[in-house]
Amino acid sequence: MNAFFQRSWSPYAVGAGIGGLSWFSFATANKPLGITTPFESTAARLGQLAPRTSGVNAYLVKNDEVPRLDWEWALAAGVLLGSAISANASGDSDHGSVPRTWARAFGPSQAKRFAGAFIGGAMMMFGARMAKGCTSGHGISGTLQLAASSWVFAPIMAITGGLVSRKLFGKARK
Amino acid sequence: MIVDSPFKLVLGLGTGAMFGALLQKGQVGKYEVILDQLLLREGRVLRTMGTAIAVGSVGVHALARAGYTQLQIKPLRLGSVIPGAALFGTGLALLGYCPGTTLTAIGEGRRDATVGALGMLTGALLYVRAYPTLKPALEAGDFGKVTLPQATRTSPWPWVAALGAAVLAGTLAFRER
Repeated sequence: MNAFFQRSWSPYAVGAGIGGLSWFSFATANKPLGITTPFESTAARLGQLAPRTSGVNAYLVKNDEVPRLDWEWALAAGVLLGSAISANASGDSDHGSVPRTWARAFGPSQAKRFAGAFIGGAMMMFGARMAKGCTSGHGISGTLQLAASSWVFAPIMAITGGLVSRKLFGKARK
Repeated sequence: MIVDSPFKLVLGLGTGAMFGALLQKGQVGKYEVILDQLLLREGRVLRTMGTAIAVGSVGVHALARAGYTQLQIKPLRLGSVIPGAALFGTGLALLGYCPGTTLTAIGEGRRDATVGALGMLTGALLYVRAYPTLKPALEAGDFGKVTLPQATRTSPWPWVAALGAAVLAGTLAFRER
């Protein structure tokens, strides 16, 4: 258990652990590791609180996704929980809000960083739900299953992410 | 609303907690680590993902072959995968965390990640709103739930072996400094 109190593990150990965890999730739940599907089902559930504004009924008619509290939802909640336990064990918590590289490009304003994070999060999730997967669902779980969709998604995501971050932060020196 | 059995929910929570702890120990829930990867200054994220893919691929294909699980393949729809991936990459550069690492960073206490998650929920609400209109465009160029071995009428095992070899070669060529 000593290792659990260490801050940083080798990326190969962690990668092998995640690979092994994907065997476990397939063997026990017949599911790949993924994060964004529960965001969509939660949005559908929230939408039901204001069906006219959210347009959720038209969505539900045309879609096989329905509001769920399921294994995938618990998985996403578990990621937050597991990270909190791990960070507490190793004293690796961080309550900051404006990262260094961001501040070099856009200044120390917290409001600006929050606006960027919010818009970025919204774009990312919209894209993930279009493509039906994220860095986990396509980037790891899909590529390891040799899914054609994931091998299209992953390079386009990486190249776009690289180009946009170069445009935004490339001049900010490390 | 569909609710899974308590056993499945606990199983999901436990699997997620292991995933979150691994991401946290791997330091990949940190903004600077992800930006260093996107700006090609450092390769921790790629090393982690590459190893996970190579290791995962062997076991998951073996489990599927032995009949203990089925592959879960997302459909290749060019009308949704290509623009979705581009939008995803752009959002990722702005936020600096991907969905899983956003949750990891929230677990560490990062406040910008919490705001990012609120943005993600908003993005999902916008997707629900836009879906009926977008549906025809999203389903354009549909090749179905196809894998690379299926598309090329080959066995998955050479692909699995090639993945392993590529990751091993990459590891040796770009050894950690």
